[in-house]
Amino acid sequence: MTTPSDAAPAAVRRAPAPYMNPYLAGIGLGLVLLASYLVMGRGLGASGAFSSACAVAVGAVAPAHAAGNPFWQDYLQAGVGHPLKEWLVFEVLGVLAGGFLSGVLARRVRATVEKGPRISTGGRFALALAGGALMGIGAKLARGCTSGQALSGGAVLSAGSWAFMLMVFAGAYGAAWFLRRQWR
Amino acid sequence: MSMPLYKLGAFGDEASLVVAFLIGIGFGFFLEQAGFGSAKKLTDQFYFRDLAVFRVMFTAIVTAMLGLFWLGWAGVVDLSLVYVSTTYLAPQIVGGLLLGVGFTVGGYCPGTSVVAVATGKLDALFFLGGTFLGILAIGVAWPAVEGFAHSTDLGRLTLPEVLHLPFGAVVFLVVLMALGGFWGAGALERRLGGKGEEEP
Repeated sequence: MTTPSDAAPAAVRRAPAPYMNPYLAGIGLGLVLLASYLVMGRGLGASGAFSSACAVAVGAVAPAHAAGNPFWQDYLQAGVGHPLKEWLVFEVLGVLAGGFLSGVLARRVRATVEKGPRISTGGRFALALAGGALMGIGAKLARGCTSGQALSGGAVLSAGSWAFMLMVFAGAYGAAWFLRRQWR
Repeated sequence: MSMPLYKLGAFGDEASLVVAFLIGIGFGFFLEQAGFGSAKKLTDQFYFRDLAVFRVMFTAIVTAMLGLFWLGWAGVVDLSLVYVSTTYLAPQIVGGLLLGVGFTVGGYCPGTSVVAVATGKLDALFFLGGTFLGILAIGVAWPAVEGFAHSTDLGRLTLPEVLHLPFGAVVFLVVLMALGGFWGAGALERRLGGKGEEEP
């Protein structure tokens, strides 16, 4: 606690808490996933929520294009009365809240750029944008991302999810050598 | 059989959105606690510096899998009502590869990028913007890629069916594989990731 007399600069505020033991965090995550299966009969997800948001934006800007495109229609016809009143949209809003809550408790909420020492901030932003675009395309082809396919599909032993998971690790390790200057 | 609650009509669609938000809070909380709001922590996996992604992911898979297996065996949950996504083998292989490359290039995956944004990572905002652009691109190009995206449709296919083994045997093999991986992860970090030497 700061008192008027010690006038501490921001730099000496308490350090962030260490991350949770990975096995403990994994058990916690696994129990959340199990709860989702027991309560809802479905697993977790993330990319589907972005697709819903994207479809609503496309529907607003280019309604004629959206009306004739089955990809956007799938998302525009989903939801409880509105395409954004969709299960994954609310789940991802929860992820945002839960991540923020954990970050505040661990004193890790701070405006930063995550990168290695040898790449500029602009370069990092460009690669983040490019990586996100690859993810968006890959997740739509595979019908899910690391959450929906690898984690959720993995736990119910879906054959396609396990093939997907192996390929995610293969792609990520395959690209690692080329991207080493970004991270190290 | 009293579960899955929603599929058996315990509550309706509006209430399911509240459940979604609460489950999301738990999901985001443990992702952030694991350190997955940090692109450096996530990508350390791919340089063998810190295999936390593997440890967390496989502990979570084993935990949920064992819970479903035992509760199904005890007759608490009707596993035929639990959603198993359809296998489309070729698009899932290509999509997985693209996503994996995108993981190392971008530093996040869609779920972890949300947690990163929640904890102030500015690069994660660009990653999220890129994800929207990617979805926009494939959505606009959908008539051209739809044929491939719907190819090699193998239906609701599970590993026990592929391997011609009982459900319990595959569960046991996955647990063994995970334990072997956890045992090997530390050795990989020491041999290939330079753990135990000075940190750069």
